[in-house]
Amino acid sequence: MVTMTSAPFEYMRPKTVAEASRLLSKYGGGAKLLAGGHSLVPLMKLRLASPQALIDLSGVGELKGINSSASGLSIGAMTTYHELESSVEVQRAAPLLADAASQVADAQVRNFGTIGGAVSHSDPSADLPAVVLALDAVMKTATQRAGRDIPVERFFKDFLTTALRQNEVLTRIEVPKLPANTGTSYIKQSNKASHYAVVGVAAVITLGADGVCERARVAITGAGPYAVRAKRTERMLVGKKLAPNVIRNAAKRAGAEISGSFNEDVHASAGYREAMTQVFAERAITAAVANAR
Amino acid sequence: MPTTITVTVNGTTRTNEVDERLLLVQYLREVQNLTGTHIGCDTSNCGACTVHLNGKAVKSCTVFAVQADGGTVKTVEGLASNGVMHPMQAAFKEKHGLQCGFCTPGMIMTSIELLERNPNPSEAEIRRGIRGNLCRCTGYHNIVEAVKFAAAGTGGKK
Ligand SMILES: Cc1cc2nc3c(=O)[nH]c(=O)nc-3n(C[C@H](O)[C@H](O)[C@H](O)COP(=O)(O)OP(=O)(O)OC[C@H]3O[C@@H](n4cnc5c(N)ncnc54)[C@H](O)[C@@H]3O)c2cc1C
Ligand code: FES
Ligand code: FES
Repeated sequence: MVTMTSAPFEYMRPKTVAEASRLLSKYGGGAKLLAGGHSLVPLMKLRLASPQALIDLSGVGELKGINSSASGLSIGAMTTYHELESSVEVQRAAPLLADAASQVADAQVRNFGTIGGAVSHSDPSADLPAVVLALDAVMKTATQRAGRDIPVERFFKDFLTTALRQNEVLTRIEVPKLPANTGTSYIKQSNKASHYAVVGVAAVITLGADGVCERARVAITGAGPYAVRAKRTERMLVGKKLAPNVIRNAAKRAGAEISGSFNEDVHASAGYREAMTQVFAERAITAAVANAR
Repeated sequence: MPTTITVTVNGTTRTNEVDERLLLVQYLREVQNLTGTHIGCDTSNCGACTVHLNGKAVKSCTVFAVQADGGTVKTVEGLASNGVMHPMQAAFKEKHGLQCGFCTPGMIMTSIELLERNPNPSEAEIRRGIRGNLCRCTGYHNIVEAVKFAAAGTGGKK
């Protein structure tokens, strides 16, 4: 006898986004979209999620592919980590994204986990939420009837919660082209078993000809209930020459935007995460500055 | 509510009725009687259940069998041809890349994909490439040696 770990569900594989959205509406909150399944299937096996229906997006062509243009990249929600890390376009236009994708989990997980699933899930320890925040990405979504563009700053709302509505499908992630003289870096303290971020920091730094910081994006994952921009830190960088003490002082405020308290779990205490947020912010900013030169 | 799925496993196409919540690893072991694919942790961590689904290594405890409908699966049983071991199997034997053997099918499936993508990996790249596969016995040393040996045997080619 085979033990069934998940609760029963219906399974469907629509061909279009419109059909996927129609099915979401039909089940009125009872259905879940299935991308790579590498967050959802483990949750279902633990019965922490028991959707009545699974709408598998693997047959929806519109959600695939990476397009590169003068304005930046348009990345289909079903693009896997492996596709991101091995794409020449992504390596060229957004090396931060390729590098962060290569740091996720292991080869098998990267073959199936998708960028769309990673950001839609808004797992507090996931890597890509910090990366898309630091890149000022735009989340393109669609329902049966209409689409919208959600600036990433308004996308992550809470622990496992995003701005996506019940019948809305995330279709593409648009990553604008970075200004010249921009350096990027993603550095995390990773959980030794899963490689999820205990704390992860993405930094995007643009320097002027005189070495003064013109623009800074710093985003934090792992530390709080959901990924956030460290705007206080960013403001302390812009307009200054980024000497080590300037970076260190700015990094000290990197936890300021964490909503509520720092995460506390078997992997790390809240105090440790708070301390590591500063340490990893300093390292990520320093590495981004070095790349920008 | 059973669903009918058609899957090509190791070159043979079969159609079966399965429960939607049957995992791919359960389908392979219980429906296809291919018990070479092992269940170590059943929580997506150990990699013992690794197979190739549509050409990509995956932990088969982390996908439902219905997701493989219309697709192809390769398991450790599909590697040898006419009684001749796959070079990676031969390398694990030659370098004694196992002790109890429980992790071995998954290690081999992951390592094959690793060399397909990177025919000449450094030791660091090998260790990184198999980080989704846990071994309780060997301390990994001889597993890494086996993958190096297999890479050398292919002369750095696919
Ligand atoms: C062993 C292991 C280690 C891992 N380590 C890491 C790690 O180091 N770092 C890391 O960041 N992650 C890690 N993960 C998580 C992994 O990256 C997940 O694959 C990813 O977070 C979710 O992507 P998915 O495509 O698998 O999504 P799924 O699991 O299919 O879906 C996740 C959620 O998003 C929703 N969803 C999916 N696609 C869409 C869409 N297009 N529109 C709207 N909603 C959608 C689903 O309904 C579901 O609620 C790990 C997972 C495992 C199993
Ligand atoms: S049994 Fe699938 S990863 Fe351990
Ligand atoms: S040989 Fe025993 S677990 Fe690897």
